Amino acid sequence: MNPAATLVESLLPLPVLLPLLGAGAALVLSGRPTLQRWVSVGVLSAVVAIAAVLVAGAAERPRVVTVGSWPAPLGITLVADQLSTIMLLTSMTVTLLVLLYAIGQGTSDDDSRTPVSIFHPTYLVLAAGVANAFLSGDLFNLYVGFEVLLMASYVLLTLGGTRSRVRAGLTYVVVNVVSSLVFLVGIALVYAAVGTLNLAQIAERMAAVAPGTQLTIHLVLLTAFGIKAAVFPLSAWLPDSYPTAAAPVTAVFAGLLTKVGVYSIIRTQTLLFPGDHVARDVLLVAALATMVIGALGAIAQDDIKRVLSFTLVSHIGYMIFGVALATPAGVGAAIFYVVHHITVQATLFCVAGLVERVGGSTSTTRLAGLAAASPLLAVLYFVPAINLGGIPPLSGFVGKLGLIEAGVQDGSVLAWFLVGGAVLTSLLTLYAMAKVWVLAFWRPRDQLPVEHPEDAEVNDLDLADDPDRRYPVMIGAGRGRADAESYSGALLGAAPAAVSDEEREAVALPRAMTAATGALVAVGLALTVFAGPLYSLTDRAAADLTARTPYIDAVFGQTVDTRVAR
Amino acid sequence: MSSSVLLVALIAILYTAGVYLLLDRSLTRVLLGVLVLGNATNLLVISAGGPFGAAALVGRAPESTMSDPLVQALVLTAIVITLGVAAFLLSIIHRTWTLDQEDDLTVDTEDRSVRRRLERDEQIDEDEFDTTGCEQTSDTDDDRTERSGAQA
Repeated sequence: MNPAATLVESLLPLPVLLPLLGAGAALVLSGRPTLQRWVSVGVLSAVVAIAAVLVAGAAERPRVVTVGSWPAPLGITLVADQLSTIMLLTSMTVTLLVLLYAIGQGTSDDDSRTPVSIFHPTYLVLAAGVANAFLSGDLFNLYVGFEVLLMASYVLLTLGGTRSRVRAGLTYVVVNVVSSLVFLVGIALVYAAVGTLNLAQIAERMAAVAPGTQLTIHLVLLTAFGIKAAVFPLSAWLPDSYPTAAAPVTAVFAGLLTKVGVYSIIRTQTLLFPGDHVARDVLLVAALATMVIGALGAIAQDDIKRVLSFTLVSHIGYMIFGVALATPAGVGAAIFYVVHHITVQATLFCVAGLVERVGGSTSTTRLAGLAAASPLLAVLYFVPAINLGGIPPLSGFVGKLGLIEAGVQDGSVLAWFLVGGAVLTSLLTLYAMAKVWVLAFWRPRDQLPVEHPEDAEVNDLDLADDPDRRYPVMIGAGRGRADAESYSGALLGAAPAAVSDEEREAVALPRAMTAATGALVAVGLALTVFAGPLYSLTDRAAADLTARTPYIDAVFGQTVDTRVAR
Repeated sequence: MSSSVLLVALIAILYTAGVYLLLDRSLTRVLLGVLVLGNATNLLVISAGGPFGAAALVGRAPESTMSDPLVQALVLTAIVITLGVAAFLLSIIHRTWTLDQEDDLTVDTEDRSVRRRLERDEQIDEDEFDTTGCEQTSDTDDDRTERSGAQA
């Protein structure tokens, strides 16, 4: 084995190990915030660099490490093929930039007296869980990766323990616990059917299992991953829980968590159960419903964070569309779309955090004249927004075009419906994005509608329900809002009290947060500029996935256990 | 693969009870539901390992009579995870209790505001709201009493 190959393979466990060790270090350093920040930034930068090396290393063939040299099915296998490494690099880059955004937010809020020392360790655990899920070559290890990232996400979502976050957190936790149990049932069924949990071995042995059993196991796994990826009708939990969290938390969740579910669906469809027609049709119908219903939901919302949560659900449909087609063109376009969507959706949630800071709210019924107040913020919103809507030549357009081409190539009636649905969703998304633009950014401030006092509580979620504070919120929204923000600002994540218009204009964009958001926008634009090479990379990844043999051969080449006759 | 009928019946009973508890509005019962469902799933994983046998300790029994140790390792991991989640849920429930002195699922303010706007009939297309995927909790009574309280 040549030294370059061993180097790549020895780097493979690090994206999981480093953040976990970093989390421990960050927890120990919780009394020293500056050092803690350096640890988190350092660890995640290292992981991004390693992920870039892995992308290059996996280009030729998938890299495999059997942890502790225990052969499958007893030991755990880590596999870095092109799909895993592309996902890993994209997600870790976004994670790092959102971390910088969060640090910027913390610094400008002067959080010296607030109890958020838990943020950095938890954030690193989340990164470790995501990396573990992407690199796992074993179904149970994938489950463990899921649980690690979910456990971290429970803590991040309820950070500060305010009333609205606790309420949203409960729904989120219970829904995800149920989906994890469904996943565990799927694991039990797989083990009972084929006697192994190693993905490559399952792929080999599953063909011998009776078709009815295969379909049952397949649908159980798809249900579990569908809840995590927020595929309609399993998506109602997402717009309910994401908007209440702090801006950086929502941004990283939107970028990463649902995409881990999408990644698992890609693996299930291509590696474990290729060519299953029932599941294919189920997924195509679910993709159509997810796209259209999510986009309609986005239009109906007033709050920018809720609009974005619904577009997040809606665009999961695009990825499921490409995966369900199961052709190299479809899967390739879906992977490209995942990369595009992780970046652009995280960017938009970061922008929403900036809007909240500058405008004092994220509700379009209360915002106006942002473009005049802060032209830079307007640019930061506009570019990713039209990218999400799919305006040429941006990466959103490239991804959608690829998916539509793949659908047309497929040529079945259902695929044509999805092509129509994809175009319609693109328009509806653009409409939702334009609505926010027109109301929050372009509308002159004197055209703000008179608001019903009883609606005030929606924007002052944390305090409106508080009996002691209900009265001021009801009679004077301005004062109530100021209270709300100084209160939640003390718990990581909110705007300074912007009461009057004059004061509001005086609020400048915080430099570090703006820089991090700008970097995210730049990454999105880079995806457009380098769309050609990236697209050929995702196409090669899809060709390997649909061929299946590179993955399986790589795992068996490494594993001592080759009892399975081919 | 074979498994005990008794074990399967127990799993079925636990799933039934767990789902029933999970759907309750009381948060403590939701927690109990999660625990019961977790145990049902753990038993399912154990039964996926095949027939019972001797403890899987090398040298104690011939290998052919041993039960499958892998599923036991899996369940051990799953138990630890369920314990962690249960501890977290318990702390959230405690937090809800300190905030509201209530053990019930609290009402979503956004849902409430959507319903109010519908009642005020601000030219909002009702059909559009039905397709949002927003959960429409059936808490109209609570809401009414609360509103009348606010007006008074």
